[in-house]
Amino acid sequence: MTVEDVFRREYGRCVATLIRFLGDIDAAEEAVQDAFTVAVTRWPSGGLPPNPGAWIVTTARNRAIDRLRRESVRDERHAQAHHLYGDAAAAAGSAFRSGDTAFRDGDFAPAQEEDIVPDDRLRLIFTCCHPALNQPAQVALTLRLLGGLQTPEIARAFFVPEATMAQRIVRAKRKISAARIPYRVPAEAELPARLQPVLAVVYLIFNEGYAATAGSLMRLDLCAEAVRLARVLAELMPDEPEAQGLLALLLLLHARSAARVTADGSLARLAEQDRRRWDRDMITEGQAIVRACVQRGHPGPYQIQAAINAVHSIAPTLDSTDWHAILTLYDQLYALTPTPVVALNRAVALAEVQGPAAGLAAVDDLRSPALDGYYLFHAARADMLRRLRRDEEAAAAYDVARSLTANPVEQAFLDARRSRPSRRQAR
Amino acid sequence: MTQYLLAVHHAGLFPDLPVREWEQSFADVGAVNARMRDAGAFVFAGGLLPGSATVVRQSGDDFLITDGPYTETKEHLGGFWVISAADLDAALEWARLATVACRVPVEVTPFDERSMDELLAAYHAQ
Repeated sequence: MTVEDVFRREYGRCVATLIRFLGDIDAAEEAVQDAFTVAVTRWPSGGLPPNPGAWIVTTARNRAIDRLRRESVRDERHAQAHHLYGDAAAAAGSAFRSGDTAFRDGDFAPAQEEDIVPDDRLRLIFTCCHPALNQPAQVALTLRLLGGLQTPEIARAFFVPEATMAQRIVRAKRKISAARIPYRVPAEAELPARLQPVLAVVYLIFNEGYAATAGSLMRLDLCAEAVRLARVLAELMPDEPEAQGLLALLLLLHARSAARVTADGSLARLAEQDRRRWDRDMITEGQAIVRACVQRGHPGPYQIQAAINAVHSIAPTLDSTDWHAILTLYDQLYALTPTPVVALNRAVALAEVQGPAAGLAAVDDLRSPALDGYYLFHAARADMLRRLRRDEEAAAAYDVARSLTANPVEQAFLDARRSRPSRRQAR
Repeated sequence: MTQYLLAVHHAGLFPDLPVREWEQSFADVGAVNARMRDAGAFVFAGGLLPGSATVVRQSGDDFLITDGPYTETKEHLGGFWVISAADLDAALEWARLATVACRVPVEVTPFDERSMDELLAAYHAQ
């Protein structure tokens, strides 16, 4: 394990602990970065400490105390010059100076395991995803503070200028401290409502990476980062079925990453994927979580979506897919979240169970201004028309779909579909 | 404790409500005030006369007085509370009661509690 590995794994946990200790996000980030700077110079020669995370926390805390002490001494001198006694900084300064403690790095102090309370990361993610912050700010803060990503990396991942992203993060941090957004896990009664934006942020981070299959490696890193965050949530909230459901969903989707891109870089949809390239370990883990969720019997949208993907992941070939099970699950999902997109997916499953004519009728029933601008609506229609051998109408629908997506990979996929003759037989 | 402004925004002269509902809203606001007083959160509250805001701004050596409100939106500040709360979640809890009672959105903003020196330091740090 390198310092970099430790950074990726431990950064969020360390920052979360230091925020609780210092009560300030910027100071916590600075302290943890200081500690990693020390680690970079020491660990390669001296070897990794037995508990690198605890070492970082201890070192960061001691550095922060040193810094506070220095600043409060300076502030106090400044205060004395202005005859402004009794302010908080001066009080803190004398409190720190009265202690005779020698502040040392983690090497010399016993690693204090109890410093790392797992709850700290949970507190932090609820602060980052507080509904008083807008969603782009929630996403940026979560990636920065819990994921340990640097601002330029986050800016690149979301195709936003670095200055814009930096400003977004600064403004969000300022609002947290000015409006006093609390640093705590919401009480039981609030938890369901407060958990929703947290799960939404992790899901959105995953989708940003997933939608850009042919994009840069950085985009795929977003998927891995989202899985990591979902795992933290699932571990810290074992009693929240939707947190488990989100982890299962992301594992089952991420398992298909390698199979989603063909050798020539084009997009392979579920139907065309080489299922031998799916990641078996992720699928096994995802399926096990879905089974546990089913036994628990408190379904929610993420759990049902995970179950749908678990059904796909069980089928060794497309033709062996249990579409009846998938249709039933979409019915359940629609009952909980009656959105046009869920209805569209349900219609696609219906086409597999009852044939493309039934599917097309269901899709046409859904026509609405909202779906009319959604390329997958027209792509689904086109596919059903093609299977019904209504080739001209199919071509027209593919053209509409193509005009509605800016993603070159999606466009190439639709072009290929458009020029392909209908299947031998409509199913 | 932080002080927060709970600003009550109206779109029209009055919330668009039947008169009975409007009377009930008055009673509900009174009840929220009483709860805030009991909890020690209440600092001050008041309703503002709609359509009567005037904006003063300096223009050279002169003052420019214009018909308000300052922002040119459809909504205007119809009334407000000033409350004292431990953190934003506690303030939002009061804002929930407030918006239910007065039937219109309520905007929560913390007071800037920095001293003049702190503000100057923040200005120069920019």
